[in-house]
Amino acid sequence: MSSRRSRSRQSGGSRITDDQINDLVSKLQQVLPELRNRRSDKVSAARVLQETCNYIRNLHKEADDLSDRLSELLETTDGTSAQAEIIRSLLTQ
Amino acid sequence: MASMSFNFEENVDRSRELKRRKRRKIETVNQDRAKNNQIRWRSIAEQQTYSSKLVEALRHVRQTSAASNVSSRSRAIRETADKVLAISARGRTKWSRAILTNRLKLRLKNHKKANAKPRMASPGNRRSNNPPNGVQKKRLPALERRTRVLRRLVPGSRKLSLPNLLEEATDYISALEMQVRAMASVAEHLTGASNLAESSNRLGMSLEHTPQR
Repeated sequence: MSSRRSRSRQSGGSRITDDQINDLVSKLQQVLPELRNRRSDKVSAARVLQETCNYIRNLHKEADDLSDRLSELLETTDGTSAQAEIIRSLLTQ
Repeated sequence: MASMSFNFEENVDRSRELKRRKRRKIETVNQDRAKNNQIRWRSIAEQQTYSSKLVEALRHVRQTSAASNVSSRSRAIRETADKVLAISARGRTKWSRAILTNRLKLRLKNHKKANAKPRMASPGNRRSNNPPNGVQKKRLPALERRTRVLRRLVPGSRKLSLPNLLEEATDYISALEMQVRAMASVAEHLTGASNLAESSNRLGMSLEHTPQR
């Protein structure tokens, strides 16, 4: 008993419970477009982690593609002050 | 009469109960904080703040970069977008702090490399992720495999505990989604602006006279 107490104090008072992990996994599931409509007791934690990795990779790829597109767009517009003003006004709508 | 007996067992139980309550309170506070962060990443205001910071940073990058080819320009834009995203997180998450410190470390390393003599790559220098078994690939259980891959994808998460890793991943995903929405919207507006500039040039009009909303 005393050993468990000293261990939990060393780890900052956080004993990791299964419930805690399950709760975080289901929260993660809610963020994933592929899995958020499925019941959390039907989706395994490994599946959630797999979908998480896939989704993050997809988002990275989208960001890379958008960077390509932005680099093309920034080359062609010559960044005059008038255009910057347009952009600013469009962004603050 | 209230007993003033300092019963050792009672004190031990009481302090354990206090610790338990404090831990539960900290967990609730953490959960609320995570929920608030997720709401923040999804808000229009946050996206607009990010978009304008991004545009500002991109303009600065264009002025200072001597990049000649498309891929390095695109890489510079992606890195800028990541850096501004990390700044938007206001130091609340490990992934955002890791992005910013990695940038600094890389710059210091490149600076050192430029000044130092080249070193031969030796087995002792390579930091290997392989298990001690070496050549033979051990088939880890699915959860461990996926966790390992996730740690590679979420910046700064290699040494985090599993609960912290899951929290970081959830926040990182919400932030990435906002980044993609913002970059797409900036690209749309740049496309519109360049079309507008093009057609007004053709028509011989000056943009200053375009009526503003």
